[in-house]
Amino acid sequence: MKMTKAKRVRLIYNIVTFALVIGAFIILQSMIANKTISRSLKGQLVPICCWIVMAVSLNLVIGISGELSLGHAGFMSVGAYTGAVVSGALLNIWDIQDTTLRLVIAIAAGGILAGIVGALIGIPVLRLRGDYLAIVTLAFGEIIRSLVNVLYIGAGDGKLHFSFLNKELPEGVTMLVDGAKGAVKIKPISTFAAGFILILITLVVVLNLVNSRAGRAIKACRDNRIAAESMGVNVTKYKMMAFVTAAVLAGMAGALYGLNSSTVVPTQFTFNQSINVLVFVVLGGLGNVLGSIVSATLLTVLPEVLRAFADYRMLVYAVVLILVMIFTNNPTIRAFVNRLISPFRKKDSVGGEAR
Amino acid sequence: MIFLDNLINGLSLGSIYAIIALGYTMVYGIAKMLNFAHGDVIMIGAYIAFCGLQYWGLPPVVAILVAMAVCTLLGVTIEGLAYRPLRQAASLAVLITAIGMSYLLQNIALMIWGANPKSFPRTFINNSILRLGGLSMSSATVFTILTNIVVMVVLNLFISHTKLGKAMRCVSEDRGAAELMGIKVNRTISATFAIGSALAAIAGVLLCSSYPILQPTTGSMPGIKAFTAAVFGGIGSIPGAMLGGVLLGVIEIFGKAYISTELGDALVFAVLIVVLLVKPTGLLGKPVREKV
Amino acid sequence: MSQQKRRSGTKMVTLPSHSIVPERDVNEIPVLETRHLGIEFGGLKAVDDFNLTIGKTEIAGLIGPNGAGKTTVFNLITKVYEPTTGATLINGHDLSGKSITQASKLGIARTFQNIRLFDNMTVEENVRIGLHNQIKYDMFSGMLRLPRYWIQENRQHDKALELLHIFDMEKLADERAGSLPYGVQRRLEIVRALATNPKLLLLDEPAAGMNPRETEELMENIAKIRDQFQIAILLIEHDMNLVMGVCEGICVLNFGRVIAKGTADEIQANPVVIEAYLGKKKEGQA
Repeated sequence: MKMTKAKRVRLIYNIVTFALVIGAFIILQSMIANKTISRSLKGQLVPICCWIVMAVSLNLVIGISGELSLGHAGFMSVGAYTGAVVSGALLNIWDIQDTTLRLVIAIAAGGILAGIVGALIGIPVLRLRGDYLAIVTLAFGEIIRSLVNVLYIGAGDGKLHFSFLNKELPEGVTMLVDGAKGAVKIKPISTFAAGFILILITLVVVLNLVNSRAGRAIKACRDNRIAAESMGVNVTKYKMMAFVTAAVLAGMAGALYGLNSSTVVPTQFTFNQSINVLVFVVLGGLGNVLGSIVSATLLTVLPEVLRAFADYRMLVYAVVLILVMIFTNNPTIRAFVNRLISPFRKKDSVGGEAR
Repeated sequence: MIFLDNLINGLSLGSIYAIIALGYTMVYGIAKMLNFAHGDVIMIGAYIAFCGLQYWGLPPVVAILVAMAVCTLLGVTIEGLAYRPLRQAASLAVLITAIGMSYLLQNIALMIWGANPKSFPRTFINNSILRLGGLSMSSATVFTILTNIVVMVVLNLFISHTKLGKAMRCVSEDRGAAELMGIKVNRTISATFAIGSALAAIAGVLLCSSYPILQPTTGSMPGIKAFTAAVFGGIGSIPGAMLGGVLLGVIEIFGKAYISTELGDALVFAVLIVVLLVKPTGLLGKPVREKV
Repeated sequence: MSQQKRRSGTKMVTLPSHSIVPERDVNEIPVLETRHLGIEFGGLKAVDDFNLTIGKTEIAGLIGPNGAGKTTVFNLITKVYEPTTGATLINGHDLSGKSITQASKLGIARTFQNIRLFDNMTVEENVRIGLHNQIKYDMFSGMLRLPRYWIQENRQHDKALELLHIFDMEKLADERAGSLPYGVQRRLEIVRALATNPKLLLLDEPAAGMNPRETEELMENIAKIRDQFQIAILLIEHDMNLVMGVCEGICVLNFGRVIAKGTADEIQANPVVIEAYLGKKKEGQA
């Protein structure tokens, strides 16, 4: 492949991203082997992986595709529930003891179902623009939460039993999903290695997508919808592609997250959780995948490390959201910042960010 | 009778939505932004009124006026500090800022008043039961509906007959042209936020009079639903906010009564989605053409 | 002047529909044919009964006073607006009910009066979006970096640079489109439009904001593009030197209606056109 300056910058950016993730994994694994890792950090490893995948996938929607989705936690909840049910069914019905196999199938199923839900939501929603799209994705997130709140699933007699609104399951079934109590009696089978592999998959998918024909089409729709249409780009198709890909990844992260604990409750995946992920994305930089990874990690670890900070976490997040937006979008402030840093920059180069 | 009961409850809830929706619709019409924090201004208004009644021993009317004053100030401050610097920015940036502001207000409330729900005191608004034929209803219901009607009439007169009202209409039609005509756009937008926030305080008191549990998240759900109502009626249209709010309230109460209590919220959002798909400009909204 | 020569060298022929096309295109299907095209915005007829035929390799001009409906005509042809009356044919294909994207695939490309580039993407990427439907591979080849990805990406890259060469812009390939000077952005829009391999290129005020020297250059380039790609070009322009210099057939629009059609000489001599631009002579004044 012929190398231009832009491509070289992009290649370096991708290498750094992958190197960072793989390096961190190796260091943490050796710490686990040496038992030098703190107990609280060890417990955080899988959730960190999940939040990284959530942040990177939401960045695909917000940063690359330019649509504000406020229902990302909804897809995570679909994945978490699906993962819990599939894993429970595999254990209780088909008696599959191999945890790795169960985990892989559960994560795949979580991704697929979240993708289907994403497609169903995307078809109507992506016709809308801007603020409307944001509010409708929020609405869908809340609808998903309301629905799982009245969902009952049990495993028994070699099959799954479903009931909705009222708990009407046969006697003696093993409850997998119990309405407002959520998904119960989950056997935790998630591993850090699985989380690491999921991050790698996410990075390969997202980074390769961004630097391809489809990715350029997605970015073109973001920058100027009418111009993209006039160039023969099918805007709905590419918006949909970004949205569904992100939903699949969020579903997989959700399955991993759900299978990391013994219960999953609907209130874990509220609008607040979507905002959390939004903060990761905004703080890491819209369209900047590496930034999402770093901010998701730091913002998950910090509250644990700094207990005092934990109380004010949401307050600080709110202020951060506002300040980052004002600083990056106000022309006067931006010009001022550019003047400050311009002596340190050789030339206005093509950004290494994936945007 | 049960049907009538539900209808009146629906109208009452819808009236609250309508008053909140006014704040959304006016701001959207004039500043072309979705003020996500509007629902939380309601919550702050309710807390201020609560403090006035509970701690400061103010008479109810004064407490409400204080709440309105604080909210007005709050609305103008939010606009000036957070939204004005982003006047030319992409809608994505403005929306994220508004979400941040919503969070900020909730967390400030959490720090001041704590997470424990407060029970909103009884006032003249909700301390009696009215009987009408075989119907009995809380006075809050009647008050809410009446307030809604008064607000609508006054606001319509204001928009069509005062100088500021006309300026608002100009800015909403074409900000650039309004500026060239000597209208102070920033001041007009501030005034819009002031009016919307004062109405939010009223809505907060009415909301807590009917549903007397007050906590930092009290405003978010009604806020989102009221936005739904504004979209339903046609965002930017004041009669639309009224119609959308009332209809949505009725739909919600009937949905909860006849379909399922748990799925009431889901039903409201389903309405939003259907409306946006079938008629994205809402019931009374004007179609907008993108200039190419 | 070379432009003068080129224009007067074209013989225009009148079709049975009273439209004129260059003599060399007379045996070809016209690239564009609009029939009684019209659109109403809330009762106001922005464009009414618009008939225009453009030959396969014609350079045509659409002129008229401000607010005459010129850009609306472009928006109708490119399907940004669905017409209330009439139809548009591209190479004999009816555009009724088609989307903007489908119109592009049938061979219409355009530039915009208020430039619409993909500001956050590089110059090369902008051109590659134009190539979107020319050099393809599926999403999975892209995600998994299959051999097809590399082959097609290289083809896109070469083609993009080749197209940028028209305006000597290869060196700018890695610049962010939004950071380019105004005139360069206008040229990039033309390159991007050409990348879609159009049969008809619509240019909306291509010389706006250019100095006379740049306009002169643009004029040369418009003719060069037509000769090289053998396509038809329809342009909206207020710079009469450019219009009269490069356009073969000219259509004048006022208040949404065609008031005159003809060659540059005919248009310049047409009293109705002069009236539309300069206003009616009052009686008694001479």
